[in-house]
Amino acid sequence: MAGVRSRKGLRLSTEPPGFQASLPRSNAFTPHARLCDGGTGEEPVREGEDAGAMAGIVQFQNVGLRYGTGAETLTDVTFTLNGGAFYFLTGPSGAGKTSLLKLLYLAQRPSRGLIRLFDQDVVTLPRARLPGFRRRIGVVFQDFRLVPHLSAYDNIALPLRIAGVEERDLEVPVQEMLNWVGLSDRASARPATLSGGEQQRVAIARAVIGRPEILVADEPTGNVDPEMASRLLHLFDALNKLGTTVVVATHDIHLLSRVPNAQMIRLERGRVSDPTGALRYPPPPRGQAVS
Amino acid sequence: MNIGWRPTAAERNLLPEGRMAGPMPWVIAIMMFLTVLAAAAGMSLAVGAHTLGNQLGGRITVQIVEASPDAREAQVAAVITELNRTQGVGAVSRMSEADMARLLAPWFGAEGLGPDIPVPALIDAELSPAAHARIDRIAAAVAHVAPAAKIDDHAAWLAPLAGLVRSLEWLALALVLLMALATGCAVVLASRAALNTHRQVIDVMHLMGATDIQIARLFQRRIALDALFSGLVGLAVAVLVILLLGERVEGLGSELLGSMSLPVYAWGILTMLPIAGALLATVAARLTVVGALRRML
Repeated sequence: MAGVRSRKGLRLSTEPPGFQASLPRSNAFTPHARLCDGGTGEEPVREGEDAGAMAGIVQFQNVGLRYGTGAETLTDVTFTLNGGAFYFLTGPSGAGKTSLLKLLYLAQRPSRGLIRLFDQDVVTLPRARLPGFRRRIGVVFQDFRLVPHLSAYDNIALPLRIAGVEERDLEVPVQEMLNWVGLSDRASARPATLSGGEQQRVAIARAVIGRPEILVADEPTGNVDPEMASRLLHLFDALNKLGTTVVVATHDIHLLSRVPNAQMIRLERGRVSDPTGALRYPPPPRGQAVS
Repeated sequence: MNIGWRPTAAERNLLPEGRMAGPMPWVIAIMMFLTVLAAAAGMSLAVGAHTLGNQLGGRITVQIVEASPDAREAQVAAVITELNRTQGVGAVSRMSEADMARLLAPWFGAEGLGPDIPVPALIDAELSPAAHARIDRIAAAVAHVAPAAKIDDHAAWLAPLAGLVRSLEWLALALVLLMALATGCAVVLASRAALNTHRQVIDVMHLMGATDIQIARLFQRRIALDALFSGLVGLAVAVLVILLLGERVEGLGSELLGSMSLPVYAWGILTMLPIAGALLATVAARLTVVGALRRML
């Protein structure tokens, strides 16, 4: 049964990232596999399985999202994300990817359904407790959202300052991040003077400097050339290998082939689709090698 | 990010713009200018009324209107004796002829009155509050020894003036409170405008886990400093105006207006107003920003 296999994959995904990366993709848990089993997200835990490990780092159950009085942007979305895994959220423009990510990084509450993050119901979570959860999630926005009057250094340092890290303790990690994204010589540059790719890398560095447990990126390769897209995906992959759960929203399903062990959540018209799994491992573009 | 009163340079830079940016600081400066003037006027009136009350409120003048000089002098002596032995009455003095001549000079000229023209004798007396409370009995006793005596109670004609001064004091207090309210409203509007201006930064900080209080501190610190600086500007201009007015009042030579000079404690209160304004602005900004942030997720 797909559900059983997926649960085994889930248990394995809690192992260190290096070990997880070596797993065959056929054993990896995929959200649509659970949809095939009914999509309720309330399957009973089978005997001998570890209920805690099964829970996943993120759980969506029958989640619906409606803006105002309009039609539902997301409908009956049910899936579970495992800690330390790499996910692509795919679907055509307007499918609801950004809305789903907003729910994931706690910028929005759902109209209905259950969302659990880090084994905590965040739908009914008091507002005052949200900042603590948000600090465990790094976000790379589609439009970067860098603070325009701050330098690259200060933009990257912002999450640490918010977390209360002393100024004297900031320099080393921020410099390391600047080096990691190849911008050590642009530390004092303001976003307006950076290229799109450089801004993107600052945004990524800012998202990961706090070592978040989940990294959410909304169309991170949408504004960069293929070479830069490839480099960014390698950055995400490297972070994933350190144990961070990565969720990348993209409408380019060919990106899946660039990241080993990446799993896919496909959205169509606000619903998790692709029940057959046909799009799970799309072939690489013609003439392009799988990395 | 514990952005308090001594944030780091980087934390200060989270919100752009320098000092005195936008209209809000200037509005606060004008408000503080008017507040200081109103407070100074109120305190001057209070001081003047107190001084006047002390000087005149417990005093009476006994007029002996008697044509016969001998009878007048006899009644003067009798009244002075009676007042001196009355409990609560102190400093009984007859107005000298020289003082009388000076009072009458505007009407009768520097030569004064001739000896044939009868002039009432005037006796000043200071009464304690207890003695003033039983002024009717004192008047009866004086009338008993001096039938030609008329008692002029200074408090009686001072009462309408005191009432006017009290009204003006309340008006000054109301003006100060209205200015404080207007300042608070200006700060609320400025805070909302600042929130809208910096919405992008606030959203990003929120999504990175910044708490409402952390974000509110950025605004309240900025607005508190603006309010303090603006308040000091308003205070400085107001003090200049008060000093200039004081000089003009001194030039008038009026005892009544002269008594309204500000004591040291009043200057102390005036200098505290910008600090109070900054605190008010801080509280208004914090409540506004936290209230607005609570409407966000």
